[in-house]
Amino acid sequence: MGGIILDIVLLFFLVVCALAAVRMRDLLSATVVLGAYSLIMAVIWTVLNAVDVAFTEASVGAGITSVLLLATLSRTRRGEAGFEDAPRRRVVTGFRPGNLVLLLVAVFTFATLVYGSTDLPDFGDPEAPIHTHVAPRYIESAYKETGVINLVTAVLASYRGYDTLGEATVIFTAGLAVIVLLRRTRE
Amino acid sequence: MIELILGKYNYWICIALMMVGFYAMIAKENLIKKVIGMNIFQTAVFLFYVSGAKVNGGTAPILMEGAALYDNPLPHTLMLTGIVVGVSTTAVALALIIRIYKAFGTIEEDEILKMRENDG
Repeated sequence: MGGIILDIVLLFFLVVCALAAVRMRDLLSATVVLGAYSLIMAVIWTVLNAVDVAFTEASVGAGITSVLLLATLSRTRRGEAGFEDAPRRRVVTGFRPGNLVLLLVAVFTFATLVYGSTDLPDFGDPEAPIHTHVAPRYIESAYKETGVINLVTAVLASYRGYDTLGEATVIFTAGLAVIVLLRRTRE
Repeated sequence: MIELILGKYNYWICIALMMVGFYAMIAKENLIKKVIGMNIFQTAVFLFYVSGAKVNGGTAPILMEGAALYDNPLPHTLMLTGIVVGVSTTAVALALIIRIYKAFGTIEEDEILKMRENDG
């Protein structure tokens, strides 16, 4: 029972952080709140036993994403439209009536997905299809075949090594794209 | 009813977070806010996958003596890749925003569209 309460409290903070990050006028505050969101997410993943994902999120998600956002803010501007004129007037953006349709689109999508989720297997159900197909084979024979006791490492580096190669290709391409975009051009 | 809520609340929170990110992406004029929304959407999808990997009574997928059940390692692996790819797309998006700011002097979508209309 304690686990469920911890889970619900963390998820509640997660939603609060997400809403705050989206609504704040000050982009610097939004960046900091997004970092807090990523750290809470890392704690949730530790609670869900996904330790590898948790420390990747804490370092890459909370760390590098925040640094990239801060670098962008320093080269562009700190707030949403009208923030510089009156930085202390309000913390969040006012709701524009024109956005009501978009809000309804989001609410409708939410309702549809929640309706769809009633067909999903229950949270933590050991009989769910996801747990009966490939995973048992990894768990049974990963140590024999790869000699690694961390199954996530075994799958990442051995069984799905090509995925990781593709991931490296994506990072390389993204790095190239950033360099090409930000290179100083002679004008 | 209680069973339904206890069995699915994790997914519902994922969906709620996804919709917060989705709304930011379609409704906000500020380009950096759109990137923040995209980040929230991405992590919500990761949370969905990692929730799916959980088995009641399972331990972390690291082999040890006396463990009867392990959580599913496959979604964890896929989400590791996903996090890194997400940061790559964020980096490219932010570089594009810096270029847009250099070209137009603003990062508000409506102002940029107005300027482009006036130009052409």
